[in-house]
Amino acid sequence: MSQASGSYYLPEPSKWPVIGSIGMFIMLFGFASSLSDKTPLVGEGNLTMMYVGMAIIIFMLFGWFGQVIRESESGAYNGQVDISFRMGMMWFIFSEVMFFAAFFGALYYIRTLSVPWLGGADNNAATNEFLYNGFTPSWPLNVMPDAAAGGYSVFKETIGAWGIPALNTALLLTSGVTVTLAHWALKKGNRGALTFWLFATVVLGFVFVGFQAYEYIHAYSTGLKLSSGVYGSTFFMLTGFHGLHVTIGAIMLTVMMFRSMKGHFTDENHFAFEAAAWYWHFVDVVWLGLFIFVYVL
Amino acid sequence: MSTAHAEHEHHGAPSGLSRWLFTTNHKDIGTLYLWFSFAMLLVGGSFAMVIRLELLQPGMQWVDPNFFNSMTTMHGLIMVFGAIMPAFVGLANWLIPMMIGAPDMALPRMNNWSFWILPFAGTMLLSTMFMDGGGPNFGWTFYAPLSTTYAPASTDFFIFAVHMLGFSSIMGSINVIATIMNMRAPGMTLMKMPLFVWTWLITAFLLIAVMPVLAGAVTMMLTDRNFGTSFFDAAGGGDPVLFQHVFWFFGHPEVYIMILPAFGVVSQIIPTFARKKLFGYSSMVYATASIAFLSFIVWAHHMFTVGMPVAGELFFMYATVLIAVPTGVKVFNWVATMWQGSMTFELPMKWALAFVILFTIGGFSGLMLGIAPVDFQYHDTYFVVAHFHYVLVTGALFSIIAAVYYWLPKWTGHMYSETLGNWHFWCSVIFVNITFFPQHFLGLAGMPRRIPDYNAAFADFNFMSSIGAFGFGLSQLLFLALIIKCIKGGEKATDEVWEGAEGLEWTIPSPAPYHTFAEAPEVK
Repeated sequence: MSQASGSYYLPEPSKWPVIGSIGMFIMLFGFASSLSDKTPLVGEGNLTMMYVGMAIIIFMLFGWFGQVIRESESGAYNGQVDISFRMGMMWFIFSEVMFFAAFFGALYYIRTLSVPWLGGADNNAATNEFLYNGFTPSWPLNVMPDAAAGGYSVFKETIGAWGIPALNTALLLTSGVTVTLAHWALKKGNRGALTFWLFATVVLGFVFVGFQAYEYIHAYSTGLKLSSGVYGSTFFMLTGFHGLHVTIGAIMLTVMMFRSMKGHFTDENHFAFEAAAWYWHFVDVVWLGLFIFVYVL
Repeated sequence: MSTAHAEHEHHGAPSGLSRWLFTTNHKDIGTLYLWFSFAMLLVGGSFAMVIRLELLQPGMQWVDPNFFNSMTTMHGLIMVFGAIMPAFVGLANWLIPMMIGAPDMALPRMNNWSFWILPFAGTMLLSTMFMDGGGPNFGWTFYAPLSTTYAPASTDFFIFAVHMLGFSSIMGSINVIATIMNMRAPGMTLMKMPLFVWTWLITAFLLIAVMPVLAGAVTMMLTDRNFGTSFFDAAGGGDPVLFQHVFWFFGHPEVYIMILPAFGVVSQIIPTFARKKLFGYSSMVYATASIAFLSFIVWAHHMFTVGMPVAGELFFMYATVLIAVPTGVKVFNWVATMWQGSMTFELPMKWALAFVILFTIGGFSGLMLGIAPVDFQYHDTYFVVAHFHYVLVTGALFSIIAAVYYWLPKWTGHMYSETLGNWHFWCSVIFVNITFFPQHFLGLAGMPRRIPDYNAAFADFNFMSSIGAFGFGLSQLLFLALIIKCIKGGEKATDEVWEGAEGLEWTIPSPAPYHTFAEAPEVK
């Protein structure tokens, strides 16, 4: 409902959205072109065009967010604008949840339905008998249903839950606490503590990503790859997209840390900080799902 | 500072190309969406003409089979993602702020971005037609492994085009929800909102819930194609049927995304020309919400023939047929609204009535398809094609056309040409039925969809269908002429435009000024 104080801020025409669209087009067209020598503009494996697009998008993000920050700091936004931003972030996070849901759903379907079916479960005896004779379902799946088909990387071991993943769980849960401590410090107006706790959160986040990278290198060296059949596919796609989101969240929090050092945010007005913190809790919760369904079970 | 922008300086529209590129005005962006969707309607329509030309007679006539397949694929994709969805977003942009008494959409710059992604995504999608190996040729549902192992190289461009379209839809929907939940004028409680606003609120929720799932599906396709994953490859432990599950978890809510705003439009128009309040307003709201909920648990009725367990067939059949209940509530309410009304039949009403009758036919054939045992006969035949064209052409598209006739005087300030409009209406209604009604018979007789050649036994109905299609396609040029004529001039429209119209958008001048409701109106 509309607020009594001041009217709703309607921005002037802006060039940033069109720049963003151009960047997005160039980035994705370049990426798609790099995937096959049959496609136009750049040859197979050439990512130059994609990087140009990414650079344009980064330029757009700096410009667009910079403008929003300037407007916010100048006091242009009233409480109603703040609510619009909050709703925007909330529903954006919901869309991200649904993106992960697709991959979790795929994992569930593969583990509990389709792999057992390939082994002849339920009414699929003929599938096993005539198409994949001799296949015994297992998870992690290391012996492929089609033994004759080559190209699947056989792995020597999988990543156990109680090594690095457990440590990473502790790291992320701790970072959830530190970001809350940062929020409390912000509400009390204690800027030093805010910056400190944000710094701690960002460090924990990047250490998490570092461990994850180390784990990936280890996995690849023992043969567990994207091409290790459907186990490798689900493992790397789920943890990979999560790792990407941790990186994005950590970058967001880094920006918040620098803004805190520049004296932005007040105990009343700090939506950007809260948005980044929400996002951080979201990647935290997704990780708990991953830890249980990908590593433990 | 909070007062400095209170009296907003720019009251008129800026001029030139930069007005359209950089605009943050909901009316400009609505106009952009509507023109984009009309252009895509003509592009997708011309693909349909190629399809019907090839099918005019049995035997291979004009195009090679691979090109025919890419025509059916692109026709579907362009119509769904380029024509119908953007048209509804355009209507949402124009109408929602005016209907709820808001000065603009909640997040105007993001609104611009939602639109301006579309032409780039459309370019990416259409560019595939000119690449080595041709464009996507696996049908608009892009089932694996047709879209993975056996697809042309251009498929990766198609994948990224879908990513962009999804991104645009999600941002657009976030904007719609934030606008409706946060920007209503004082007194505009949820249960006082016009039904178009309600249906869009629920549609936006559906979009945010399922477009990311579509993004997941195409991402798995991308990695299966290029990076060695085995999601949809049984040899590596995956399952091509998994693709269908993920796709239809998106796809079924998607078809309601294309019809719920149509329900909203019709629920605005019928009360106006029946000069009665909408019958059963709150039941309309609850029915819309029920349809949205059910849309999440019926997806596998598109997959009855893939070899699901019987329990799955039964569950999805019962859940599907259950949708007839809230949909029946809606049709009943529209008819009850007209009961004993002082009816007049201006063009928006004509289109709305055609919608109610013809959409209901599409709904009935949907019930037939929803019955699992008989679907084994109908699956992937022309009966399915007839069904979803009744729902999407005489349903979604007719409602969009009805909406354009209804609000065009508000947008342009002029009344449209009644003569031209009547020609457009009658030609469309007659030809659309000549096109799609015979397809029911073709399907029941066993003609499969997505084939360029067919048994000579199907020749007569196919000939009829093609003639109808050419007529329907040409009739839409009348619509284009009518719109251009109406923008250029015509009888001056009053503020209220229609005698029985209710709602905030009819309280402002025609044409609607560039900025409306800078001061929120009081709603009693």
